[in-house]
Amino acid sequence: MVGSILRAENLHLWRAERHVLKGIDLTVCGGELLQLTGVNGAGKTTLLRVLCGLNHLEEGRVFWNGQDVRQDREGFHASLVYLGHEPPLKPDLSGIENLGFWAGMRHRVSPAAIHEALVRTGAGEFATRPVRTLSAGQRRRVALAALILAAVPLWLLDEPTTNLDSGGQELVAALLDAHLAAGGLAIAAVHHRLAIEPARMRELNLSA
Amino acid sequence: MAARLVIARDLKLAFRRPEQLLHPLAFFVLVTTLFPLSVGPESSILRTLAPGALWVAALLAALLALDFLFRDDAQDGTLEQYALSGQSLTWLLLGKTAAHWLLTGVPLSVMAPLMGYTLGVPGRASVGIILTVALGSLALSFIGSIGAALTLGARRGGMLLAILILPLAAPILIFGSKATELAIRGETYVAPMELLGAIVVLSFTLAPLAAAAAVRISLE
Repeated sequence: MVGSILRAENLHLWRAERHVLKGIDLTVCGGELLQLTGVNGAGKTTLLRVLCGLNHLEEGRVFWNGQDVRQDREGFHASLVYLGHEPPLKPDLSGIENLGFWAGMRHRVSPAAIHEALVRTGAGEFATRPVRTLSAGQRRRVALAALILAAVPLWLLDEPTTNLDSGGQELVAALLDAHLAAGGLAIAAVHHRLAIEPARMRELNLSA
Repeated sequence: MAARLVIARDLKLAFRRPEQLLHPLAFFVLVTTLFPLSVGPESSILRTLAPGALWVAALLAALLALDFLFRDDAQDGTLEQYALSGQSLTWLLLGKTAAHWLLTGVPLSVMAPLMGYTLGVPGRASVGIILTVALGSLALSFIGSIGAALTLGARRGGMLLAILILPLAAPILIFGSKATELAIRGETYVAPMELLGAIVVLSFTLAPLAAAAAVRISLE
């Protein structure tokens, strides 16, 4: 985890006629959180998806630890976790089952580890109920446990505090603090600035 | 391997909500029943028509089933996570398609000789029918996965899927009904079976690659 760097150079992307990303440059090092701010439609989600490799760039390149991500896409993906607007949880499976599959795709996770992660995000009580019976905030807490279980250096988060109460927002800040302290890096699209240590925080306003 | 996890998850999900699996089977039963209704149950026309009718019905039922191969995963973001998992998307989709066949193609194969009975097909053809429909539906699942991936996010995707897949499914139809016809006559049906087998091998090696590419395009 130590010494990881994500760098993006001159990113351009068009959506039909709209020039959504206009020559974005960014660098994020281990231990830093880059917050993406901007009005709705400014391109925060698009930028996150471009960094993941889900959306294709017209122009520009993304480097992970000095290497162009297109050269080793699978290796890059193995080093990141992306949490979008809607947590990808199957409604008929429980939180534990969902995480078993989601995290289990990368490496073996023991049921004890899953349970521990869920307790840490405050989802321990409803971990065995089918996800369709949970509220949006509860689902988000289950999804946050995936961040803990993934054990990867790069977190790409799209509005991670959506649907969370103030306790939940503190949880996100705590998770980020712990991740950054361990040398991880994170990029998060947010509407309200996350309350983490200012020394670790950087901002990129896409409306500017 | 992650593909095994995908198969396990899809099977588990299907058993929690088995109603979805009944639709293609019910459709198969209804379509086959239309043939004796339209040409009369005792006619010789029906006997000649039986292999073809059985296969057309099986084909259409399999096509219907392809509709839910990727739909749920595309809608709830699971497909996106597959693309980001660091695992080979090709293998994951191969796993998904294999699980889908286990849930739809295998029941169809077992149902087929029963419906054959209503079309006047003799019992001795049952084994042949089960084997050929099993192989044919397997090939169809894989070929269909390309179409399903290409039509993700398209409105009226089901109709478009049918239009894309039916031409590719024609060889399966031809060899499958030929094999059924031979089985009914009590003759050996090895030759068309081998051709079906060849189509299966071709499709499960190439289709997941194409489907993975199509899925990535749909995620943009």
